[in-house]
Amino acid sequence: MNRRELLKMVALATGGVVIGGEFLLTGCKNAASDAGFSLSPEQIALLDEVAETILPTTKTPGAKAAKVGEFMQVMVKDCYELKDQQIFTEGIVKLEEACKKANGKTFMECSAEERTKFLQQLDAERKEYQSKKKQEEPNHYFQMMKQLTLTGYFTSEIGATQALRHVAVPGKYDGCMPYQKEDKAWA
Amino acid sequence: MAETNTYDAIVVGSGISGGWAAKELTEKGLKVLLLERGRDIEHVKDYVNANKESWEFPHRGQATRQMREDYPVLKRDYPLNEETFGMWANEKESPYTEIKRFDWYRGYHVGGRSLLWGRQSYRFNKWDFEANAKEGIGVDWPIRYEDVAPWYSYVERFAGIQGSKEGLEVLPDGDFLPAMDMNCVEKEVAARIKKHYNGQRHMFIGRSANITQPKPEQNRVNCQYRNRCWRGCPFGAYFSTQSATLPAARATGNLTLRPHSIVTRVLYDKDKKRATGVEIIDAETNKTIEYKSKIVFLCASSFNSTWVLMNSATDIWPEGLGSSSGELGHNVMDHHFRLGAGGRVDGFEDKYTFGRRPTGIYIPRFRNIYDDKRDYLRGFGYQGGASRDRGGHKVAEMTIGADFKEALCEAGDWNIGITAFGEILPYHENKIMLDKNKKDKWGLPVLAMDVEIKENELKMRKDMMNDAAEMLEAAGVKDVKTYDASYAVGQGIHEMGTARMGRDPKSSVLNGNNQVWDAPNVFVTDGACMTSGSCVNPSLTYMALTARAADFAVKELKKGNL
Repeated sequence: MNRRELLKMVALATGGVVIGGEFLLTGCKNAASDAGFSLSPEQIALLDEVAETILPTTKTPGAKAAKVGEFMQVMVKDCYELKDQQIFTEGIVKLEEACKKANGKTFMECSAEERTKFLQQLDAERKEYQSKKKQEEPNHYFQMMKQLTLTGYFTSEIGATQALRHVAVPGKYDGCMPYQKEDKAWA
Repeated sequence: MAETNTYDAIVVGSGISGGWAAKELTEKGLKVLLLERGRDIEHVKDYVNANKESWEFPHRGQATRQMREDYPVLKRDYPLNEETFGMWANEKESPYTEIKRFDWYRGYHVGGRSLLWGRQSYRFNKWDFEANAKEGIGVDWPIRYEDVAPWYSYVERFAGIQGSKEGLEVLPDGDFLPAMDMNCVEKEVAARIKKHYNGQRHMFIGRSANITQPKPEQNRVNCQYRNRCWRGCPFGAYFSTQSATLPAARATGNLTLRPHSIVTRVLYDKDKKRATGVEIIDAETNKTIEYKSKIVFLCASSFNSTWVLMNSATDIWPEGLGSSSGELGHNVMDHHFRLGAGGRVDGFEDKYTFGRRPTGIYIPRFRNIYDDKRDYLRGFGYQGGASRDRGGHKVAEMTIGADFKEALCEAGDWNIGITAFGEILPYHENKIMLDKNKKDKWGLPVLAMDVEIKENELKMRKDMMNDAAEMLEAAGVKDVKTYDASYAVGQGIHEMGTARMGRDPKSSVLNGNNQVWDAPNVFVTDGACMTSGSCVNPSLTYMALTARAADFAVKELKKGNL
């Protein structure tokens, strides 16, 4: 899977173009300065758990093992427009508030089942919001987190070589190899 | 040791055309100076990203905000990314003016865009060379298919083009290496299209400059199916200046390559009506240097070859060398595309692919040939391919957790997509010119682009999109959806025209041997020379025309005619 196919997969799975990955036609009005953006170790740990809930450890390691929280920080800092950075940072706070409202405790305090249930509800909210919003309106913060989780996990060494299959130098092409259900896809 | 400033030949630009010129001229015994405006990129050693895996890129291939700010043109489309970063011209150092939007993607380094090209390699057909004359468009090509055919064969054998022989007039076969395989879905769709259209429409493997057999004499290994060509191939498996023409030129002992050399003008002797060499600015030291030669090959990419001409012999022709016809800078062409259709193919759930094939499928032109007649001129072809996605349509319904993850780790639907590439007619009013009010980093005037597509192309685009959907539906593809991602001129990265070939010095810049009418020892053999554009990818034609012109130039030189 090349980069364009990856973007397509992430877009398909989240119902929208990849934020920061779209080909921008308008001028970039923001200064490149990202002095304002940084995440605390606690926030990265939280994002690791959010990502792990989206793509958990199964027969193969999950998103936390692939250090997706750290990846999110790098991508939001270096690739996101400043206005999107802000939505993301505020999103971390909103996620915690929503979790407290739903479960009466922080996301970190929740059990795996509670986290999954909560994020499923949040994902439904995201989907509803994304389908109704106008193009120029901002994305839902969970759209960002989910996209970054998918991109970060499946391009990580763990995601590409354990959850998926990867051969660095295939050496040949077979346009008709057998495939059985549950065989891993190619990275 | 003092730098030698006199050579038999000077070649300006080291991309596909310049590499070929250097190879041909050195192999024929000429001492050649190959000038390249950008830095050197050494084969294999300087392909810094060639062996990186996705996780070794900090942004996993995505362009950063800083990159987007520094490359306001490049970011408009896919070329701006982390994998090929550093292989495109610095836009701050080398700006240009867009009277109308023009996306100009340039490779200013040794090898030019030969390192970054799509490698699709097709011959023009006999109708491509005749259409202008028959339809009264632009001027007639001064050559015909038969003139170029042996040179197509010659360059195909050396470059290494894989492809299948199809026996079609519309897309002549070449001297191919064994074809890469279509996958099972592509084969099935191809068979259904053939059946539905009674053998009148064809789909086969995209012909590309990726070798399928080793070329030990060139130190090139056959394609390893990594599909990472754009990062530079450590196996030399695709044709580039670095993998093929440059080592051949060097092996003669007749080549001097000089990077960081911005050619500012062709030196012209008005009494002898001949060029005497070129002037350069050293991009690093800003020093001006003159080099002398018997012949000059301009292969600086379409617009930059024309830019050099516009800055040359201005004491005689204010608009530059080759401008006496009034056509220098005019008749800009590209290929318009970014629309087509795609859909799902059912019934191959037990099949998958191994390896990452660096080419897709091709559907040659079928409009306005034989009995087909449309309300526009010329035609288009399709490029595309079938592949299996992950998770498929069911993933969109899932949300969070283990099932979602498992679905994304399995192969999903087979999809096929095709994108149309159409011909753009040569319009005199589509032009580039010097913008003397804007200067680049070296104080040189920049180009201004004034180009648009017109009614003929807009009419064609309707067919380009609808025919795609019709064909796929006829082939049993499900959920066929058309798309039009809109096209901005230049996005094809197939700039052509601006110094066209012709039969008459009053209406063309170059003659049938790519000689500038007003300076017969100056040859222009890159995309600038194109009289019309066909709908097929043009690089193979530049190779053939360059080799042909080099052969002619050396013969003329020996006869004392230059």
